[in-house]
Amino acid sequence: MGENRAILTGVHFWDGDYACAEGAIAAGCRFFAGYPITPSTEIAERIAQRFPLVGGTFIQMEDELASMAAVLGAAWAGTKAMTVTSGPGFSLMQENIGLGAMTETPCVVVDVQRGGPSTGLPTLTGQQDMMQARWGSHGDYEIIALSPSSPQECFDLTITCFDLSEKYRVPVLFMMDECVGHMTERVVVPEAERVKPVSRRWYRGPKNAYRPFKPDPDGVPPMVRAGQDYRIHITGLTHDERGYPVINAECQHWCVTRLVNKIRDNAEKIVMLDEYQVEDAEVLVVAYGISARVAFRAIEEARSRGIRAGMLRLITVWPFPERRVRELAAQVKAMVMPEINLGQVYLELERVVAGRCRTRHVPHCGGWVHDPKDIFEAIMECTR
Amino acid sequence: MIEQIEHHPLDELLRVDRIPHIWCSTCGLGIVLNSFLTAVRESGISRQDIAVVSGIGCTGRAAGYVNLDSFHTTHGRALPFATGLKLGNPKLKVVVISGDGDLVAIGGNHLIHSARRNMDLTVICVNNFNYAMTGGQFGPTTPPGAKLTTAPFGSYEHPFNLPFLVDSCGATYVARWTVLHVRQMTDAFREALEHPGFSFVEVISPCPTVYGRRNQLGSGLDIVKYYREKSVVRNDIDTRECEIELGGTIVVGRFVRKRKPTYLEKMNEYLRQSVGEAFVPYSGPVDDAGD
Repeated sequence: MGENRAILTGVHFWDGDYACAEGAIAAGCRFFAGYPITPSTEIAERIAQRFPLVGGTFIQMEDELASMAAVLGAAWAGTKAMTVTSGPGFSLMQENIGLGAMTETPCVVVDVQRGGPSTGLPTLTGQQDMMQARWGSHGDYEIIALSPSSPQECFDLTITCFDLSEKYRVPVLFMMDECVGHMTERVVVPEAERVKPVSRRWYRGPKNAYRPFKPDPDGVPPMVRAGQDYRIHITGLTHDERGYPVINAECQHWCVTRLVNKIRDNAEKIVMLDEYQVEDAEVLVVAYGISARVAFRAIEEARSRGIRAGMLRLITVWPFPERRVRELAAQVKAMVMPEINLGQVYLELERVVAGRCRTRHVPHCGGWVHDPKDIFEAIMECTR
Repeated sequence: MIEQIEHHPLDELLRVDRIPHIWCSTCGLGIVLNSFLTAVRESGISRQDIAVVSGIGCTGRAAGYVNLDSFHTTHGRALPFATGLKLGNPKLKVVVISGDGDLVAIGGNHLIHSARRNMDLTVICVNNFNYAMTGGQFGPTTPPGAKLTTAPFGSYEHPFNLPFLVDSCGATYVARWTVLHVRQMTDAFREALEHPGFSFVEVISPCPTVYGRRNQLGSGLDIVKYYREKSVVRNDIDTRECEIELGGTIVVGRFVRKRKPTYLEKMNEYLRQSVGEAFVPYSGPVDDAGD
């Protein structure tokens, strides 16, 4: 600590929370607003310590509603902005995540998941906010959500989250979990010149032709910031290309289908997966976050007994990797999904598999990770 | 010699393509908007350096009519959004224009904390004593006895005295005027814009359609006549002494104007001292913005 460099090139022994904070700094994030909540607080602490050394502004707000609103304001000021939280705070942020989706505001929201519902298990792990990530704010919208399985990924993927949020102008949700957040491992930070964060999609055309919500061919509009004399109007109301409120069904259709389609139509470019021993697999474990780490043990055990088990690890959870899952469902006998909830992303898996292969959920209420034996048994059951 | 002009002198600061506005006839909001834009023009602050942030409600629509960078945010969250905008680009003069329900009820927590921080923001709080957009419900500023749809027998809650509230939390500029006091209000807006730190101007404004009708206050004109009869200018008074009662005296004036380090001044000065040479102050928005 105390190093006055934005990118701490070298080999470190960091937990996921610290790695996430460093990833944000490496990505060029220079505004942070947050409210303390276990088990995400270490990210805020690290940012508070590091930002004064790298030219960032940290503010601890009065609650999570304020934190999320401040992040949106800072993004429109022209800076890369982030907040971090956990379940209860994530609930409080939802309304302004919706404002972010509606106003196409690039920013990153980190949720270090703990057991819920309500106050639940403040210090113990969970993966129970995955559907809240997808549907947490009211209305129709599409969101991007990533899930890391290691401190190294907490560093790398935080940068990816910022890149995706700038590219698609949408809040990107980084769905960590308590285990990954508090797990300490080797984290390699590359040389500064090898980190190339994506810049904002700045508008470059003539000033008087600018329409804040007129999309480029990929469905995403370029952006300006406050203070450039574009005199933009940005509203959470249904709006037209100019950003002006238009309260009718026609404009609603134009506005909302575009918000949804800019993600759906680009899903193949957004989705990131990690495939392990998939080529010959007859049983595929589909997992994300800490559950994927635990599942490796079960897969090795199954392989040692001659069962051809493999893993599809979801780095991107939303948008759901529909095409690849469908392909693999036609190849394997069964898909087994362990997650630390009683059935969330599994519902999406079932929907997409649509009977092409057998599916089996391995639920866990939270507080601890799966026993690999439970995943192993689910694999074995699927081979019978 | 009377000169005929084709355009309203404030047209360049209005989104004329969005006029007519949605506000009711004889609502006070048009006067507030006119005064605010006049103050902007008089202040000499460059148009591109001002941003307006609103929450939700009748007053919340103000952001949609100013020809400035403007943000119509979520209910109650104008202040934290404005905080992010200001800290993200400290060169901007960020003004929050919103109603009493938005700023004081659902956004009350942000109001007291913004005042406590002496955040570098100007707040114009238009107080019409009720939630008008939703048809007239009582709120945290409704005087006891006033009848509204969710207080059909009259409100019995104790209301906030807004100047006292923000004064006690640390606001460094506090004034209250009614929409009758157009010159004083315009001066107050200009002073607030020029004031470093958290400045707060409460504007008492008629809502003849909802609040006025339910309490038999007459037309918009009748309500403004009441302001003339019952307003008393008392500059620099103890803000505890300016509570508002139904049909009672309305104390107006500039109550607080003092200099105290603003949030940004304090933050930068403090970190410069405690972090020392290693401190790198925030340098504003990323410079690849193409301007």
